[in-house]
Formats: sequence, structure tokens, C-alpha cells
Amino acid sequence: MSATLSASSDVSFAPLIERKFPDGSVHLERRPASDVPTVVSTPAASVEAARFLRDDPAAAYDLLLDLVAVDRLKLDGPPSFRGDERFQLNALLYSTKRNEHLRLRVALPASDPRLPSLIEIWPAADWFEREAWDLMGIRFDGHPNLARLLTHNGFVGHALRKDYEAGQRWLCTDEDVLQTKLAARSDLPEDVFETMTLNFGPSHPSTHGTLRIVLRVDGERIVAAESECGYLHRCFEKMSETHTYTQVIPYTDRLNYCSPMINGNGYARAVEQMLGIEIPARAKAVRVVLSEFSRIMDHMVCIGANLVDLGGLTTFWYSYQAREEIYSLLEACCGARLTSSYARIGGLSMDVPDNFVEWCRKLVKSVTTHIQEVDTLLTKNRIVQKRMSGTGVVTKEQAIAWGFTGPCLRASGVGYDVRKDKPYDGYDEVDFDVPVTTAGDNYSRYLVRMEEMRQSLRIIEQVIARLPGGPVVSDDYRVVLPPKEMVYNEMEGLIFHFKNVFEGIQVPAGEIYSYTEGANGELGYSIVSDGSGRPYRVKVRPPCFPLFAAFEKIIIGGMVSDAVATLGTLNIIAGELDR
Amino acid sequence: MNDKNVPLPVARIAPPIAPGVPSTAGADFLTTQLDALVQWAQKNSLWPMPFGTACCAIEFMSSVSSHYDLARFGAEVVRFSPRQADLMIIAGTITDKQAPILRKIYDQMPEPKWVISMGVCACTGGFYRAYHVVQGVDEIVPVDVYVAGCPPTPENLIHGLIELQKRIQSGELARHREAKTYVPIRVGTDPQVESIPAWSKSVMAPGRAHGHEFPEMADTAEAEAAEATKDAVGGKA
Ligand code: SF4
Repeated sequence: MSATLSASSDVSFAPLIERKFPDGSVHLERRPASDVPTVVSTPAASVEAARFLRDDPAAAYDLLLDLVAVDRLKLDGPPSFRGDERFQLNALLYSTKRNEHLRLRVALPASDPRLPSLIEIWPAADWFEREAWDLMGIRFDGHPNLARLLTHNGFVGHALRKDYEAGQRWLCTDEDVLQTKLAARSDLPEDVFETMTLNFGPSHPSTHGTLRIVLRVDGERIVAAESECGYLHRCFEKMSETHTYTQVIPYTDRLNYCSPMINGNGYARAVEQMLGIEIPARAKAVRVVLSEFSRIMDHMVCIGANLVDLGGLTTFWYSYQAREEIYSLLEACCGARLTSSYARIGGLSMDVPDNFVEWCRKLVKSVTTHIQEVDTLLTKNRIVQKRMSGTGVVTKEQAIAWGFTGPCLRASGVGYDVRKDKPYDGYDEVDFDVPVTTAGDNYSRYLVRMEEMRQSLRIIEQVIARLPGGPVVSDDYRVVLPPKEMVYNEMEGLIFHFKNVFEGIQVPAGEIYSYTEGANGELGYSIVSDGSGRPYRVKVRPPCFPLFAAFEKIIIGGMVSDAVATLGTLNIIAGELDR
Repeated sequence: MNDKNVPLPVARIAPPIAPGVPSTAGADFLTTQLDALVQWAQKNSLWPMPFGTACCAIEFMSSVSSHYDLARFGAEVVRFSPRQADLMIIAGTITDKQAPILRKIYDQMPEPKWVISMGVCACTGGFYRAYHVVQGVDEIVPVDVYVAGCPPTPENLIHGLIELQKRIQSGELARHREAKTYVPIRVGTDPQVESIPAWSKSVMAPGRAHGHEFPEMADTAEAEAAEATKDAVGGKA
């Protein structure tokens, strides 16, 4: 467990900060080397600091990844926590030019926590700030519409505060949901004389679950749009706080339920980093293989479902066939088709079946065929091209400003892929390409996904060709359950087993931001530990969230039917979006 | 699907009057009870309306796609419009924000209609004992079949559907509906299913009773007890 604190030695612009803020209102914080570098600011100086971090070429943090609010009420520390510094707001930043992450931290008082809105610096802050207001009660001065986002309007209180009871529900009536501000908006263009309001969702086949979009249309053209989420807000973050570190794993499966393995791996990796343990090579390799298969499943559903919305049902059956085959492999590995809960902190829950390698080989062959079938059906299909090219265009600048990551960012011309740029689990040892296109339209997003599936197969082939032997789980019994013979025959084994089950894994107090490449983009976990067996705070950075936040801006000026195509290629997964 | 417990519609083919002589109707004819015929037809032409919100919806998609093919069991025409459907399959977690919408859609479905609650989230809130999750959809709509699992396998969902068809065929559900009693069917084993009502009441915010009341949702036993007391009271008077 590395406790070496460094004043973030890799922050090259440290002297610049001292020069720019000589009064110390903005300074660097000492963090463990495994965490991202952190800059601390006072609330008053936060906008100034943010502007510096975005605009100074030595910093150039142009992409806002996440806003993480933490309530430190029950965290042991100086008494000032409860008064002056009860809340913390962390902005997680990424620089597409320098390939670096950074955390900007602001401490806020217990009574009336507020700070200036960051929207003008990073437009992506819009929904993140609404979420922080909704769940943590932090006010952002200058935010144009600081309304509740995930919970309903009948909700009282702020659910993620430490003094809020996890099971306290509030009744939601019709009036609390079905209202729209759109009809009353005054900033709509003047020349629109006959518009009507059109409601999409939250129960609509092309909203894939539970999204809601209210459109103001002039004929078929969209003049204003407003989207709403939270219909699947299942309180993942609050639930994590009431469970042990291991018990959180099943919850992570249900975030992006199209590719559950990736979520579990990302979470386990974050906790492993906090503990400072290495997992065996075999566990890493299996995680990579199954993550890549999950990525294929996710892209398959995305493309299949998108085509259903565009009126082509056939693709769906082809893409689902690939899924079914991958499901069988997952089922053989861990016993579940969809919600695998296969990752454990320290490795995997059990070893893969004996015929794993041959099975994967066979699967690679048949999935290649399925991808080929889908490719033949769609890529050169004129209807598909007409519906998708030139619609839902997101430029490179927009994609960065709106906080896009993953295939949607790469389709707009920025080749950021965590697997390539910040390799983990041995991605640096395999040879694969990151597809990038520049058009930024629906068709590019489709092409990027198709190519990514092929690259995933390439990765799988290389990894299974030299799949290491040995255990799939670490032998550090403070973290991992000891084998049964040890539990039954040795006193120590019994103690470890008992401690692990009853108290949970003891993660040293601290904080981390750990990230992996999810199917939709950068999947990050911010975890705060107070040294007990349960996480003090878990915040997941869902890749869909910025995508859906930007949706209402992308579709303006287009047709209603294009909006449907765009929603499909952005690939919004409600479980991940609303958590 | 052949099940001995299910009375099939009584159908007789009239014998020809005499060898070589055509039967009176010009063709062979059927006699049956109208109810049985209607029920038989209803059971084999269920039109599901998937109210899919979460992970269970993905497994629902698996059930309808080519590998499991729910169509083989007479529930082929998936309809996203409630007005064209008679079977609501609630697949996924229902949150408090979603609850009024679920009820609205249920109300829009024409009678007769049935509800399958798929997955523990829909049945009981699942492992989300949380501030924004409905602790079982029977807080909102009456449920006919509970399918346990997280998510239920497609086999389990198909089992649920077959159980529902049996009850439709036997007329059991229709009789209960008429008598305003309510007997849910449970498929799979999940001990949590037993504890739905107590929990959901205990976590509801104090002072804000739930908006939707279902007088017809009294449990059979309770309804009988109520009948008995009424009789007893009536007798005394
Ligand atoms: S029952 Fe399980 S699989 Fe189904 S919606 Fe709930 S969490 Fe997801």
C-alpha cells in the first residue's frame, strides 16, 4: 500500500499557479502517486482557477469529465469539516492535448454551500451541477436552470447527504413529473408562428427505456427541445454507501447492463488501486477478454436497436444472435447470462472453464461472421446512409466542450481511448488500433462502433493466444476469501474468512479517481474511503451522462426522425445515465 | 404445451347423419361453451406491451428474439402502444418518478388485461431498498404473475407466461376479477416476495399516503374474512 505523498510531481504548471495566485487561494495538494493530481481552490477563486486550467497552454484541461460532490459530515477529521468544510466539490478534468487528468477541488461550508457556476468554462457542467444540487444540495450561482434532475419534484431534501435516510421515499404524483417548461419558454425564435409541443417518452419504443424528450416542432423541424432523465434513478451511490466493498459489485453490473463485465472490472480496479494490490496475470487476461466480448455485445445492441428505430428489424436478430453466443460463454464462466458479478476485488470469483481458450476461438470466428453479416446489411445500404450521414452532427470542439468520451468523441475526430492512452490490465502489450473519424455524424458513430468490434476481436485473439496460467485471484487474504481447506483447517484462515465476510475489506482511508474504457466512453469511479469496510462515497462517472445532456442541443434544427437516429447512435443506457 | 390440469374447450365434431349423406350444416360443426372458446382464444393471442425500463428489458429482448422466440407460446405481437395490448410485462426497476406513468399506461390498456411483473425489482424493489425505488409494482397496479430472478432467465419468463395462460384458460382470473378478489401467481423461488407490503409501507414518507387505492386488490383470505364478518354482523342485526 503505497503511502508516498508527492506534491503531484508530474504537474508541470505548478510554478505557474504560484505565480498566478500568489495569495495561495489556488494551490496544489499532496496526493498519493496512484491518484490524479489535485488543485485546491477557494470558492471565490474557483472560476478564475478553472479558466486558468482550461486556457493556459501548459494546463489545457479542455474536457470536464465529472463533478463529484462529497459530504464529509461523518468523515473523521478536524472539526472544521462540520462547519467550514463540510462539502467538497471535485471537478475531474482531462486534457485532450496533453493526455493528463486533474482534479480541481473546492471546499464548501455546511450552511448554504454555494459557488459560481462553471458552465461558461465547461458547458458540460450544466447537468453535473444540476445533479450536485439535486442530490447534495450545492447551489451554483449563475446556473440558468438549477432544477432537480434525477429525483422528482415532490422530493424533499438532498438524498446523498450523510444525514438523509437511505430508505426515505417521497410520493410522486402526476403533477410532479408531467410538466414541461418548454411551453412557457420565451426565448424561442420569433419567426416560428405555428409550433406544437411533442412529447417523447418516457415509455416510448425509441427511447430505449426511460428517457423523456419534449420537442417543440415547426412542421417536422425541431425548434426547441428539452430532455429529462432520472426515471431509472435507482440510487446506486446511496446503496454503495450502505454495503461492503464486495457487495457493491452486483450493483455495478446494473449500471451499463449491456456490458456488465466492464463496470465490475472498473470498480474492482479502483478498489485494488486504493489497496495497492496487484492482481494475477491470468485474472487480468480474463478480464480483458470478457470486457472486449462485452464491448462487442454493447455495440451490437446499440447498432441493432438503432436500426429497429430506423425501421430495419432484421439487423436486430443478427446482432442478437452474437449476443446469445457470448452470453453462453459468460454463463459458463460465472453462472449468469447478463448480470455476471464476475470480478472480485483482487481478481475473479472463480476460474474459467477448461475449454475457455477453444471456446473463445470458436466465438471469435462466429462473431466475425455476425459482424460481417451486419456489415453487409448496413454499411453500403443506401437507406441507412441517407438516414445517418449528415444527421446528428457534433463537431470536434462541441464534443470536447460537452464532455464526450468513447466512440462518440472518436467519431468527432478526437482519438482518446483509455485503453491506448492510459493502458491498464495489459492493453499496452496487445496490438490494436483506435478508429477515429472526423465527420461526427450518426454514420461516423456507426462506423466507429463497427470497427471497434473488429479491433476487440483482434485484442481477444492476441490475449487468448498467450493466456497465462496460475490463480485468478490474489493470495492477499486481507482482501480475498481464503480457500476452503484453509478456512476449515487453520485458525488464521478462519479469522480471515470471518473478517472478510463480517467486516468487509478494510480499505485504507483516502480518495481515488480510477478510470477504464467502458463501452460508451471513460467509465470512472471516484471512491472516498474512511478506513472502514464500506465505501464512504462512490461516484461513478457514467459516459452516457454528458452524451444525453448534449442531446437536446444536437437535435435542434433537424427533423424529428433524425432525432431518433441520433438518440440511437449516442447509445444512451438508462441504468448508467440515471444510476 | 400440454397440461393435464387445464380444461380445454369442449369441442365435438358432429357425426355424419348416415354414411354418404352430408351433414345438415353442409359441414361438420363444433359445439362448445362460449366462455371456454373466448378464453382459449385470449390465451393464445396475448399481445404484450413491454414496459421495459432496465436490465430486465434486455432479457425480455432475449426472450422475444430468435433464440428463445416467445412467439412460439402465442405472445408474438409486441406492441408499444398500450391501446393495442392486453398483457403488460413490467421488466425492470420502477422508480417513484416512473410510477405515475406506469399507472397511466396501465389505465390506457383495454380490458381484459393482465400484468406480469418480471424480475425482483418489479416484484419487490429487489436489492434497491432505496429512496427513489418503488418497493414492488403492486403498489401501483394489480399484478397477475410474479417472475423472480435478477434478471429472470428467458426460460423463467416463458414459464411465467405459460402459468398466466393456464389461469386465463381456466377462467380463474376472470372469476376473481368479477368477485373483486385477487390471487397472484408466483413463479420461481424468492423468499423476498413474501415481504412486499410490510416493507413498502414502512419506507413511505410519513404523512403522504400512496395516491392509488385498489379496493379490488384485497387478498382472498382477507376478502373471505371480511365477507364472514359482514355475514356475522348482518346475522346479528
Ligand atoms: S431485477 Fe435485476 S436484472 Fe431486473 S431490473 Fe432489477 S436489477 Fe435489473
